[in-house]
Amino acid sequence: MKGFGRYCIFIGSLFVRRETFMTYYRLVMNECIHIGIKSILLVALVSTFMGAVTTVQTAFNLVSPLIPKFVIAQVVREMTVLELAPTIIAIIFAGKVGSSMAGGIGTMRITEQIDALEVMGINSSSYLVLPKIVASLFMYPLLVILAGFCALAGGYLVGALSGIITPSEYIYGIRYVFNDYTVTFALIKSFVFAFLIASISCYKGYYTKGGALEVGMSSTSAVTSSVIAVLLSDYFLAELLLQ
Amino acid sequence: MIEVQSVSKSFGDKKVIDRISGVFEKGKTNLIIGASGTGKSVLLKCIVGLLHPETGTVFYDGRNFTDADKELISEIRREIGMLFQGGALFDSKTVEENVMFPLNILTNQTPSEKIDRVNFCLQRVGLENINKKMPSEISGGMKKRVGIARAIVNNPNYLFCDEPNSGLDPLSAVKIDELIQEITYEYDITTIVVSHDMNSVMGIGDTIMFIHEGKNIWHGSNTNIVNSGIPELDEFVFTNKIMRNLKN
Repeated sequence: MKGFGRYCIFIGSLFVRRETFMTYYRLVMNECIHIGIKSILLVALVSTFMGAVTTVQTAFNLVSPLIPKFVIAQVVREMTVLELAPTIIAIIFAGKVGSSMAGGIGTMRITEQIDALEVMGINSSSYLVLPKIVASLFMYPLLVILAGFCALAGGYLVGALSGIITPSEYIYGIRYVFNDYTVTFALIKSFVFAFLIASISCYKGYYTKGGALEVGMSSTSAVTSSVIAVLLSDYFLAELLLQ
Repeated sequence: MIEVQSVSKSFGDKKVIDRISGVFEKGKTNLIIGASGTGKSVLLKCIVGLLHPETGTVFYDGRNFTDADKELISEIRREIGMLFQGGALFDSKTVEENVMFPLNILTNQTPSEKIDRVNFCLQRVGLENINKKMPSEISGGMKKRVGIARAIVNNPNYLFCDEPNSGLDPLSAVKIDELIQEITYEYDITTIVVSHDMNSVMGIGDTIMFIHEGKNIWHGSNTNIVNSGIPELDEFVFTNKIMRNLKN
């Protein structure tokens, strides 16, 4: 509870003694490149294989001849949109971006760079953390959308190339009884996950004490805590929004 | 002028500094000296506001900094330049961007004015043609000089240096000390240097505060430090065999 209280105070401190809009604009743009653009390849790769594997495994489990083949695509679509794209990519995002945030800010802490900002009269938490959170809120939903498209494309390619499902059946399946609320739900999840991963990782980095070993521990702790927070919020959001 | 009145700070049960008072004068290099772990850096952090003292007050030219509202704290901090022990340069920025950083954040100068000021400050600390280098590409001594350039770029009224010559060879250490003293006299600012280096003490200590076990037990200058008559200070000053022989 003490840690949660400290986290809430930390989040509150981001919104006091802010710098000018242009300062934040430049920082957010830099972070968008670092967080978003540099994650595109990894997200595309992981999600394409995720879609491909889901197609193969769903086909393997659908042994009854009474079930039409297009159901495979329908299952891939539902799994991708509802869970795989927002949640699995969140875990990868926590590992790549969250650990980098915690490590970077933790190193700044132990090398007194954060103290240097404070001495200059700058609110270090707001200056360093707010742009990372805002950039994550912009970029992570876009990465989730990309992941959704890549996963469906991966399923299509594997289905077509291996003969599991024909392209026309696949296209029919992913359009069959499509409920667009699942996309809204995925985007809501992606905003929540982006905020949790960025804020928890920055919080862990910001309160690093000690030396290089502790920076490593902060990075590990950032990933662990972010993943737990993502999984818990995933469950609560499903309970809240899918009932 | 900076005045500290009865400043104390504890971490858990351990009292690190205990009711320290003193005046740090304008236009002088004021040294805070003492053995490692006696609370010098903690006192400096209390003075600049990185730590909040449990008791006592810090005044900047009569302005109460300890109990000030956020606006006054911000205003005073913008008059402060600080050189950290490891330089504390921003790794992701070039030397030029590091020195320019306070100008970008705290002033409305045009880009050409900023470049001129950065070049002037780098020249002042004896560094030229390293504007585009990253901190990882320059030596420890150069990092300290860049740190000084960044500290003075915004024309501070107060300069703080936390062990400015630690980790440097004797020649570079003396040069850094001399640079700090020259800047103090040139800009007529209040400078506080935390050090445990006797060369610094004897070389630039216009006023010296000696801290032992968290208490200020002596205040004087480099001209009378050898005759203080305080055993703890004598032990600190005459640790070196050569110094002991000179005394005897």
